Amino acid sequence: MSAMAHPLAPDARPVNGRDLAWLVLSLVIVSAPHALRAPWWLTGLTLMLFAWRIVLSTTRSPLPSRWILFALAALAMFGIWAEYRILFGRSPGIILLMLFSGLKLLEVRTHRDATVVVFLCYFLVITNFLYSQSIPTGIAMGVALVVVTAALVSFNAPQRGARPDLRTASLLLAHAVPAALVLFVLFPRVQGPLWSLPQDAHSGVTGLSETMAPGNLAQLARSDAISFRAEFDGEAPPQPLRYWRGPVLWEFDGRTWRMGPTTRGALPEAAPSLPRYRYSVVIEPHDRNWLYGLETVVEPPPQARVTSDGRLLARDPVRRRLRYDLASVADLQVDSADGSDARALALPAGFNPRARALADTWKAAGPDDARLARAIAHLRDGNYAYTLEPPLLGRDSVDDFLFGTKAGFCEHFASAFVFLMRAADVPARVVTGYQGGELNPVDRIITVRQSDAHAWAEVFLQGRGWVRVDPTAAAIPGRIEAGLARALPSDAALPLLMRPQLEWLRGLRNNWEALTHQWNVWVLGYNPDRQRDLMAYIGMRDADWRKLTAILFTVLGGFTVVLVLWSLRLRVRPDPVQRAWLAFCRRLRNAGVDRAPHEGPRDFAQRAAQQLPHASASITDIAQRYLSLRYGKHAAPSEVDGFRRRVREIRLT
Amino acid sequence: MPAPGAARRPRWRALLERPRLARWFYGYRAPERGTVILGHRRVYIVPTRLGWMFGATLGLLLVGAINYALSLGFVLTFLLAGLGLAGMVHTTRNLARMAISAGRVEPVFAGESAQFRLFLDGRVAFDRPSILVRHLGAGAQLVTDVPAGKLAEVVLGVPALRRGWLGLGRVMLETRYPLGLFRAWSYVEPDARALVYPRPERAPLPLPSARTDAGAARAQARGSDDFSGLRSYQASDSPRHVAWKAVARGDELLTKQFSGESAAELWLDWHALPSDLGVEDRLSRLAGWVLAAEQAGAHYGLRLPGTEFAPAHGDAHRTACLQALALFGTS
Repeated sequence: MSAMAHPLAPDARPVNGRDLAWLVLSLVIVSAPHALRAPWWLTGLTLMLFAWRIVLSTTRSPLPSRWILFALAALAMFGIWAEYRILFGRSPGIILLMLFSGLKLLEVRTHRDATVVVFLCYFLVITNFLYSQSIPTGIAMGVALVVVTAALVSFNAPQRGARPDLRTASLLLAHAVPAALVLFVLFPRVQGPLWSLPQDAHSGVTGLSETMAPGNLAQLARSDAISFRAEFDGEAPPQPLRYWRGPVLWEFDGRTWRMGPTTRGALPEAAPSLPRYRYSVVIEPHDRNWLYGLETVVEPPPQARVTSDGRLLARDPVRRRLRYDLASVADLQVDSADGSDARALALPAGFNPRARALADTWKAAGPDDARLARAIAHLRDGNYAYTLEPPLLGRDSVDDFLFGTKAGFCEHFASAFVFLMRAADVPARVVTGYQGGELNPVDRIITVRQSDAHAWAEVFLQGRGWVRVDPTAAAIPGRIEAGLARALPSDAALPLLMRPQLEWLRGLRNNWEALTHQWNVWVLGYNPDRQRDLMAYIGMRDADWRKLTAILFTVLGGFTVVLVLWSLRLRVRPDPVQRAWLAFCRRLRNAGVDRAPHEGPRDFAQRAAQQLPHASASITDIAQRYLSLRYGKHAAPSEVDGFRRRVREIRLT
Repeated sequence: MPAPGAARRPRWRALLERPRLARWFYGYRAPERGTVILGHRRVYIVPTRLGWMFGATLGLLLVGAINYALSLGFVLTFLLAGLGLAGMVHTTRNLARMAISAGRVEPVFAGESAQFRLFLDGRVAFDRPSILVRHLGAGAQLVTDVPAGKLAEVVLGVPALRRGWLGLGRVMLETRYPLGLFRAWSYVEPDARALVYPRPERAPLPLPSARTDAGAARAQARGSDDFSGLRSYQASDSPRHVAWKAVARGDELLTKQFSGESAAELWLDWHALPSDLGVEDRLSRLAGWVLAAEQAGAHYGLRLPGTEFAPAHGDAHRTACLQALALFGTS
C-alpha cells in the first residue's frame, strides 16, 4: 500500500484543494439560511471571499496578508453598522460571524486551521435555531451536520474519496444518536437565560397587543401564524363557545382602547355540578405576560394569577413556548361587584356626537337589559358589512363606522358597541382574544391562529354581573358559527389555507400540524418542568441534578460499552480452509507439537510427522492439501470439504 | 530530520527504559517474537489539542442553548457530544487488534540507514486509514492506510551507527482517524534486527599486493589449482578438498573446486595491519579491502584472530567475510 513520508505532526499537514472544497461546501450549507436574511451585499461579499480562497488554492498563490483581512473586516463591520445601527445584536452578530467565516477561510493553511473552521460551522448550525426550530429546519441542519462531519473525517483520511467520508460521518452520527437521546432526556436542565439577551432577541413575534385601534386586528387576522394550541381531556367545546380571553380594554381616548391598571382579583365561584373543560395549552412566545384561557377560567394554571377583570397573567413575558394546564366552565354567569367601577362608564368628551345622541334616545327605554336589546337590534338591522379591509375612519371613528362606512372588522363592532353602551349609562368594556380555532381531526387538538383574533364586549347588568355580548355575532351571525372564512365575501384576501376550496391541502396540513404539535411538545417544549414531570412519571419523585447526573453517566457508560463491543465484533472470520488449518494446529499443539512463529506449514508438518510417526501420513496429506488450497490457483468446494473432513477425522493420539 | 517527539523527551521517560518497569508500563516484554497483535490493553488514547477545542466548542453551544432556551440547540450539543464519544471508540478501533510483523532486513554498513520492513495486517472487515508508524529512536515516520483484508507494508529507515546487530527498537503506531479529536497509540517492538557491517574505510588504501610478500598480504601458491567455488560433495571426492569450515558451520558436505590455472591469492590479514591501529579501525580497513578486492575481481582470503576464510570470490564469500567482520568480538 502507498505509504507517504510524513515528517510533520498530522494536524500540521497543509490543506489541499479537496479539504477546501469540503470546507466551502460546509460553510455554504450552514450559512445558506442566514444568507437569505442578510443584506445582499454582505452575502455577495462572503461568497466572494469563498471564491477568492478557492482561486488562491488552484493557482497556488500565497494567502493575503493579515492587514488586508483586517481592512476587509473593518469595512464589513462598518457596513453592518450602517445597515443595522448596532453591531452586537442577534442578527448583525450572526451575519458578522458568517462573514468572519469567509475571512477565516482566507487564513486556513493547515489541517488544524481547517478543523477550527469546521468547529465554526458547528456553531453556525446553532445560530440558525435562533430563527427557526421547525421540523424542516431540523432536517436541513441534520443534513448539514453530516456534511460538516464528513469534512472533518476527510481531513483525517486525506487519501480517500468523498463517498467513504460521507459514509463514515453518517455511521459516526448514527452512533452518536443514542448518547444524544440519553443526554437530551437526562442532562440536568437549567432555565435560561443566564444573562440578559440583546434587545432584538425577541423581535418579530406577532400577537395581540395592549391596545386596540381600528385596523389592528384586521391586520393581525391576515397572518396564518399559530398563537397557541389547546388539547382537551374530553370533548372540546363547540366552536361558538370557544372564546379565548386575552387583554380586557377599559380606557378609550376616542380612537384607541387601552388596558389601564391591573388589580388582582378573586376566582369566580362555580358550582361543582357544572361541567368543567380540562385542557392544556401550548402557547407560542408572544413577548407579553398574559396567557389565554377559555371563558370562564375556574382553575387557573399554577404559573399564572387571575386579575379582577378575569385575565390570566404569567410572572414574566412569554418568550419561549410554554405549556400550562387549566380548567374552565363555559357560559358561567359571574356576579361581580366591580360593575360600579367608574372606568366602565368613562367616555372621552367631544368625540362621536351622533353616537351619543343615538344612545341618549335609548336611555328612556327602561332598565339596562332593554337598552342592551336596543343596541343589539341597531347593529343587527343596520345593514353592516364584515370585511378584512375596513375603510379608513376619521377623528370620530365610532360615528364614521356607525353612520358612514358601515363596514368593519370585529374591532369596529366591539368599539362602537361599547361606546354606545357607555353613552347609554350601561357599564361596558372591550375584551380581545381569539374566537374559535380549528379542531385537527388527526390528533383532536385545537389550533388557534392569529387569523382567529377577535374582539367582543362585556356589559354589566344589574343582578347578573358581567355578561358577554359579541356585537360582531349580532351583526354578522355567520362569523361565529362558521368562522372567518365563511363570513367574509369570497373575494376577500384570506390567508391561503383558510380558503374553503383547498380541502385536500387542509387535510395535508392537519397531519403536518399534528406532527408539529408533537414536535413542539416533546422536542421544543422539553424544559426543566417537563423533565421533572417525566422523572416523576418513571418513579423518581425528587430527581435533582445529582441523581440525574448519576443516571446519565451510568447510561452513557453502558452505551460506550455497547459501542466497544460492537467494535470488537467486526473482525474478519478466517475462511473455512484457514479455520480448519488453525484447528489442526491446535490439535497438534495438544498432542505436543507446537508451531513456532517462524515455521511455515511445510516445515511444521514435516516436524510433526517425525514426532508423531503413527499419524505421519495423515499429517503430510493435510499439509499438502492445505498448501494447494491456500496457495494454489483455484479450489473447488468439494476439495475444501475434503480437507475439512480430513482435519476432523485425523487421530493424533 | 528528527521527530519533535524524539528530540525532547521528559526525563521520567528514562525510567521506562529499565526493562522491568518498561514491561509493566508497556504491557509486553521486548523484543516480541513473531506476529504482534495490539490488544485493547495496549492501545492508549487521549484527546488531542483539537479535541480539547471541540470540548470548548461544546461548552459554548451548551451555554447558547441554555441562554436562548433552544431545544434544537440542546439536540445539536448532545449529538456532537455523542459524536465525540463515538469518535473515541472509532479511533481506538482503528488501531486495536491489528497484527504487526517484521520482514527481512538487508545488511547495511555502519553510517548507512537500515531499512526495516513492517507488515500491518488489519485482520478486520473494515479499512484502517491513516495509521502513523514512527520509530521512536530515529524519528522516522510514515502514514499508511491498511485496507480491509489486505496487508500494508511500511519501511522505516533506522540509522546504523555501529557494527554488529541492530535491533529495530520501539515503534509507535498512532492514529487520529476518524475525527482528529483523539489520538490513539500503541508501542510495539518486533523482533527484527539488521546486520551492520563495519564502516568501510572511506578512501581505501591500495590493496596489499598479491605478488609480493611485503606488506599486509602475501601470495600463496597452494598446489597448482585456484579455488573457484563450492559444489555438493560426491563420494569420489578427495577428503583434502572437502570444505571443512562449511561443515563446521553446520552446512552439508561441500567440495572445493579449483580451476585449472595457477593464480596468486590475496590475503587480507588482521595481523599484518600496523600495530598502532585500533580494533574498529582495523575492521574498517579490512571491510574496505574486502569491497575493493571483490570489485577488482581478485581472489582473496580473510584472516582474523581465531577465524580464517580461504581465498575465494563471489557474493557469498564477500557476505561471509563482512559478517565475520561485523560480528568480530561480539559473541
